[in-house]
Amino acid sequence: MKILVTVKEVAEVDDEFQISGLDIDEGSLEYDLNEWDDYAVEEAVQISEENDDVEVVTVTIGPERAEETVRMALAKGADRALRVWDDSLENAQFLDVESKADILAAVVEEEDPDFVLTGVQAGDDANGATGVALADRIGFEWAAVVNALDIEAGVASVHRELEGGIEELTDVELPSVLTIQTGINEPRYASLRGIRQAQRKPLDVHTLDDLGLDDSVVESPVERTSMYEPESEGDATLWEGSAEETAGELATFLRDKGVVEG
Amino acid sequence: MTVLAITEHRRGDVRDVSYELVTAGRELADDLGTDLELAVIGGDVEGFADDVNRDGVDTIYTVDEGEEFNHGVYTQAIEQLATEVEPTALLMPNSVNGLDYAPAVAEGLDLPLVTDVVDFETNGNLEVTREQYGGKVETTYDIDADDYALTIRPAEWPKAEAAGDAAIEAFDADIDESALGTTVNGFEEVGGGDVDITEADVLVSIGRGIDEEENLPLVEELADTLGATLSSSRPIVDNGWLPKNRQVGQSGKVVTPDVYIAIGISGAVQHVAGMKGADTIVAINTDPNAPIYDIADYGIVDDLFDVVPELIEEFGGEAPDL
Ligand SMILES: Cc1cc2nc3c(=O)[nH]c(=O)nc-3n(C[C@H](O)[C@H](O)[C@H](O)COP(=O)(O)OP(=O)(O)OC[C@H]3O[C@@H](n4cnc5c(N)ncnc54)[C@H](O)[C@@H]3O)c2cc1C
Repeated sequence: MKILVTVKEVAEVDDEFQISGLDIDEGSLEYDLNEWDDYAVEEAVQISEENDDVEVVTVTIGPERAEETVRMALAKGADRALRVWDDSLENAQFLDVESKADILAAVVEEEDPDFVLTGVQAGDDANGATGVALADRIGFEWAAVVNALDIEAGVASVHRELEGGIEELTDVELPSVLTIQTGINEPRYASLRGIRQAQRKPLDVHTLDDLGLDDSVVESPVERTSMYEPESEGDATLWEGSAEETAGELATFLRDKGVVEG
Repeated sequence: MTVLAITEHRRGDVRDVSYELVTAGRELADDLGTDLELAVIGGDVEGFADDVNRDGVDTIYTVDEGEEFNHGVYTQAIEQLATEVEPTALLMPNSVNGLDYAPAVAEGLDLPLVTDVVDFETNGNLEVTREQYGGKVETTYDIDADDYALTIRPAEWPKAEAAGDAAIEAFDADIDESALGTTVNGFEEVGGGDVDITEADVLVSIGRGIDEEENLPLVEELADTLGATLSSSRPIVDNGWLPKNRQVGQSGKVVTPDVYIAIGISGAVQHVAGMKGADTIVAINTDPNAPIYDIADYGIVDDLFDVVPELIEEFGGEAPDL
């Protein structure tokens, strides 16, 4: 059995940051494995540990820098990794949902996995759409926002986490794409041994051309036109001073409110 | 040309986002100078159509297929309906179920999709606004296409309240049952247990800023000292540091205390969905740009590990050694 896990390196923004042009300035960003993908990798690795002959392959669309993130997934137990990148991806303003689905669909065609796990969303652009768009593109079944998963006899029995503390119990035929919600498992830390082993695991780089695609896949009718810091809608009163002083202000407020007596 | 919005219901009730879609849809239809049409799929379609028949809706299509949400039915029905009415804009909710069908519908109809839209404006093309990087920035996108699909962030537009007189038409979708690869077997409620955070007057709520489980006694002591109840954002529960019934937010509990003290919580939209109804919101966060400050009434931009011990001492308690 082969499980393909899509992973993304996401940008996290420093408390103090600059916007330059249509994106946040590189200097204000740090990169990490997308939180939701971390749970997807863990789920795949657990399935491979519980069953014989399971191969876990990760795929990412990203520049060379992203290899650090991909190695992290390898260190946690994925068997090998693919990274898709070339100049046309480098030059694209951003990749819309359709472009990502196109690229990942070509990878699925090449790898022919039994099922695909993705994160529900990426922490940075939060589209929450790639997994389901991919499923439709490749003719797989799917389920979004999965927080429990049990695979048996060609069927994935899942819980989909709905709003307000309600879960939907659904059977999904394989092959399918499942988008994984945080909390489904407890992602492991990469062990030192895992990190050493990850260095020796295959990490192949594919261009669009290698996947039988051309640069028209990055074309999109959707164009980013601006990025800005939203004007705070709030009118919060900010208490200032040392921690002792601000805590004192808050204490006074809580006493005035009658939350605490005396 | 028309605007077509897909309503949502669950276990016999129309969900609020459906009424918000009416407001957003009417706004867009006015900008485009066109009609607003709704689709009601599955369940008591007649009853639901009556519910969503609000002022500004021109036509409501009822698709009498299935009881509860099934994404295969939704995808097929919406694709067929859209092929017939040819909407310029297809609006769907950015709800959990929206996440489960909207991308497939957009793919199937070959429409560009922008999700979690918080605002839009017509300027020849459509320009939409969304948030990125955990709500720290807003971005606008220009959609240069005749037709497009959008998912609309819940609770961003007001609910349409006034009654309307839309035409109600049954739409006969031709659902290929053999193509439905998922079966919904039922629902389960989660998160019961010892404490009901929805009953609390004062909540001390902790987020990822607490860093490690070993640091939890600090906020537990604060909650004790204040006679408050401890709640949290999602990562704390995901980590297993607090039980599920303490989680505030979209997939957790909706709380309405007199005072909500958000400590080390950034204010992600799914968290805010659960606590914005609090009477007074106080935030303690090192990041002055954290979105929590957009809804907070009071704030302290500082390290919780400095402020919380001082606060405990203010009330005669003793901060634990961490
Ligand atoms: C479908 C779906 C459903 C979801 N449902 C929920 C839900 O019900 N509830 C929920 O909460 N989330 C939910 N989420 C997750 C949500 O998107 C966020 O990931 C989550 O709310 C972030 O939690 P946080 O604010 O604690 O963490 P972060 O976003 O990581 O924020 C931590 C904050 O702590 C601050 N901080 C760090 N160190 C300190 C310090 N020493 N002192 C003071 N401040 C500090 C940081 O500046 C930051 O603002 C859901 C997501 C999805 C996709």
